Amino acid sequence: MTEFEPKIVGFLCNWCAYAGADLAGVSRIQYPPNIRIVRVMCSGRVDPVFILEAFRSGADGVLVAGCHLPSDCHYISGNFKAHRRIMMLKKLLLQFGIEPERLRIEWVSASEGDKFATVIKDMTEEIKKLGPSPLKVQVEGLIYG
Amino acid sequence: MISMEKEKLKFAFYWAASCGGCEIAVLDIDEKILDVVAIADIVFWPVAMDIKYKDVEAMPDKYIDVCFFNGAIRTEEQEYMAKLLRKKSKVLLAFGSCAQLGGVPGLANVANRKEVFERAYLQSPSTNNPNSGTPKTSFKVPEGELKLPEFFDTVKTLDQTVDVDYYLPGCPPPSAQVAKAVEAIAKNELPPKGSVLAPVKSVCDECPRKKEDKKISKIYRVYEITPEPERCLLEQGIICMGPATRGGCETQCVSANMPCTGCGGPCPNEVEQGAAMMSALSSILGVGGERGPEYDAEKLVAQIKDPLGTFYKYSLPASLLKRRVIKE
Ligand code: SF4
Ligand code: SF4
Ligand code: SF4
Ligand code: FES
Repeated sequence: MTEFEPKIVGFLCNWCAYAGADLAGVSRIQYPPNIRIVRVMCSGRVDPVFILEAFRSGADGVLVAGCHLPSDCHYISGNFKAHRRIMMLKKLLLQFGIEPERLRIEWVSASEGDKFATVIKDMTEEIKKLGPSPLKVQVEGLIYG
Repeated sequence: MISMEKEKLKFAFYWAASCGGCEIAVLDIDEKILDVVAIADIVFWPVAMDIKYKDVEAMPDKYIDVCFFNGAIRTEEQEYMAKLLRKKSKVLLAFGSCAQLGGVPGLANVANRKEVFERAYLQSPSTNNPNSGTPKTSFKVPEGELKLPEFFDTVKTLDQTVDVDYYLPGCPPPSAQVAKAVEAIAKNELPPKGSVLAPVKSVCDECPRKKEDKKISKIYRVYEITPEPERCLLEQGIICMGPATRGGCETQCVSANMPCTGCGGPCPNEVEQGAAMMSALSSILGVGGERGPEYDAEKLVAQIKDPLGTFYKYSLPASLLKRRVIKE
């Protein structure tokens, strides 16, 4: 059997994290191809619905990445909101029987291409250890069918 | 003499996984119940009439004009009745949060059948069950075989089971909304199919409490403080689902100095109620103190003891994730 390759959905803010991912790309820093990137204007724009929908659609992990705390967010405090939202969702996911480690929030600046690559490597490794999302297994089973 | 009376409508009422409160809500419309009787004959109502399922089976298709269906779907029998009543009714109305969203019985989706049975029949402190019996779909006795409907792992909403025409939210639906719905039926003025028969606004929009300062740092459970009677409860640190809940109840709970727990269901155009409330709450929790030395997002959020039970009290089966993952 081939090794399990996790699908990770990444919501990256336009001003920092997405620029950081871009830098990782143009600098040709190697990182695993497991992430599917969605660009958003600010991490604070990531509605909990996006994250729940990503998991429901079969994501093994979800990454939200934005500008560094406390002061880098282009919209002043979107990163703080996102942070609290993710903390809440992690608690909620646990109650739904989904490992909270599958959801991450990270701060990546436009100059941190290497950090972006490290985050993706690290997260991919961690989710490989966890295995496929238990929700995905369930979705394919009885109740959503 | 030729009767000038218009032919009466035919109404049916049914309860599935419900508490009985929705049945009371029908009677709660008080003297307006006479208007109901004036326009309609009630052809099926297990709680009040002696009538059997076979009598419903014998009705022609679409014989019932409006079926008011309360309760969620958690057993084979309820699923059967939902399908049967769908076939026999022109209009099927999901009455109350249980039918609309799964309601309080839907919270059982944090467990599966095995866990529900263990808790209810074996572990609960008031249980005396020496043979450790739990319900079986069939059981042999000397006289023959006894059958019970299957109990599902997952509670479903009515519209996850059959096609639903209208929704009347609330736990139970407020009598003013019930009366309005009956009036709309009588006048043949129902909105387009699929409509929720409630105002297009949130509980907050209807709430008379003063909203001044949209930020909180400490969350209180209801028993921990006595809230000021005129100020927004959320601003006083009590989780009030008002911002994420559809109005129409005239803020019953909030007027009694209790927070809204969300029985009106999601606001119009929201994907789900829990996500909307998490969004709202994370936008005000800790605001103002963010750059202070004490700020700790994790600690702030840790004050919410039971996010699932708080944000999805009435809507777990209708949520995006629908239930806790079943471990094989
Ligand atoms: S909606 Fe509320 S009142 Fe109606 S059956 Fe369900 S729990 Fe009872
Ligand atoms: S949050 Fe609750 S108390 Fe505050 S305005 Fe909304 S409904 Fe009223
Ligand atoms: S205030 Fe909230 S919980 Fe209370 S009746 Fe209205 S919608 Fe339901
Ligand atoms: S713009 Fe990057 S987090 Fe707000």
